[in-house]
Amino acid sequence: MKKIIETINLSVHYGQTEALKDVSFAVEQGDFVGLVGPNGGGKTTLAKSVLGLLPVASGKILLFNQAIESFDDFKRIGYLPQKHTGINQLFPASVEEVVLLGILSSKKWPRKINQKDRQRIDELLKSLGISNLKGKLISELSGGQQQKVFLARAIASEPELLILDEPSTALDPNSREQFFAQLKELNSQKKTTIILITHDTGYVGKYANKLLYIDRKLVFFVKIADFCPSGEIESCFEKSDKHIIWHQHK
Amino acid sequence: MDIIQFLQYSFIQKAFVAGSFVAITCSCLGLFLVLRKMSLIGDGLSHVSFGAIALGLFFGVYPFYVAVPLVILASLLILKISEKARIYGDAAIGIVSAVGIAGGVILASLSNGFNVDLFSYLFGNILAISTTEAILSMILSAIVLLAIYFFYWDLFSATFDEEYAKTTGIKTNFINSFLTVLTAIVVVLSVKVAGIMLVSALLILPAVTALQVSHKFKTALFLGALFSFVSVVAGIILSFIFDLPTGATIVMLNALFFALAYVWKKIS
Repeated sequence: MKKIIETINLSVHYGQTEALKDVSFAVEQGDFVGLVGPNGGGKTTLAKSVLGLLPVASGKILLFNQAIESFDDFKRIGYLPQKHTGINQLFPASVEEVVLLGILSSKKWPRKINQKDRQRIDELLKSLGISNLKGKLISELSGGQQQKVFLARAIASEPELLILDEPSTALDPNSREQFFAQLKELNSQKKTTIILITHDTGYVGKYANKLLYIDRKLVFFVKIADFCPSGEIESCFEKSDKHIIWHQHK
Repeated sequence: MDIIQFLQYSFIQKAFVAGSFVAITCSCLGLFLVLRKMSLIGDGLSHVSFGAIALGLFFGVYPFYVAVPLVILASLLILKISEKARIYGDAAIGIVSAVGIAGGVILASLSNGFNVDLFSYLFGNILAISTTEAILSMILSAIVLLAIYFFYWDLFSATFDEEYAKTTGIKTNFINSFLTVLTAIVVVLSVKVAGIMLVSALLILPAVTALQVSHKFKTALFLGALFSFVSVVAGIILSFIFDLPTGATIVMLNALFFALAYVWKKIS
């Protein structure tokens, strides 16, 4: 199977603090990886390093078999960041404008948006059931609506790899179920590789096929079918030798 | 005096054309600056332009030729100080701005007689704009507007969410430097229109007015440009009719538009 992400002895530092140490793993095409671990354990740091947002202290990151330092095929990656509460309330960006930002990765300078791009965004918004939001200001939407818009932005370039950092925090239970179902559809129908940072282990058990536990170093990276055939991640932790780790996590 | 006669004065024509270019450029750039919480960089750079203009006058060089490169250098210095010296951006602006003013004051005290010229830049006078200054303003404004056109989506993306923009391949460090350099150019151009003391108003007021009434970024850009253009044209006419300082009149009209937009937003 084709490797999408590979880290080899990856270490990342924040000043003098070692945020990640000697992390090695490989994510293959079509994987749906639940990335879990304690707060401050380095989940977001790992995601940002893979995206090239943080410098690597030592080790290597390969994206689509290309070193991260020289990687420039950005349309193959979609990203849904963690912090949406920080949206500038003054910013007059419409939903359409925000989602269009997602296709800039497939454009060369001077990046210009054409009618075909707008049609594509229309179809995307329709497929996510948010066509009615197209002309609205992003800052006026609810947390759940914003999250759907940011998901649309993340998948606008039809990426092969989608990285989502705690995407479900702003969602109510119904929206959450719908959101994860949409992710699963992308994963199963379009073979999009997904890395999902979350505390929702219930959803990880239900939708992901691999579990990556990180606590400054790689603690384990397992197939969920092997580790927890029932998909009840929490109870599987209780029964396994990973019990202590789970309690630290909680 | 009728309007036809008024428009036939060449100094009025130059003021209209140069003022309009500068006003539209200021408002477009100002929108990015306001949304990035960098509004005060205009103020800081205008203070630097005080020192740079003083330097030009001191050595008998045309002030704009000295001010454009020096203010661009200062703008990059502000970026570098805040990046490398671990100082917040506003503090970096404060440092560079103070050095600019101090340099200008020292040069003014060392000189024998250019104080009057220097002080005319403090409050600006677009009605006294020379043909060279008008042409320079138009050319540089056109360059800045073209730059905004070609980098529109890069600027928008980096302004909306810099981290996300990086993941789409946008070189945000370059965009930050680029925006700062464009600001430096526009600040120098605006000195003649509004004066060093009021330059930042041309960058900030049309942008914040447009933000009161816009539901799309592009609408905000167009409305800001419109408010700014109308303020300059009306400001020139009113200041001429009522014998008021032009720069201050333009700024007051901009402030009036902001107040009206704010009230309109509250009512609607």
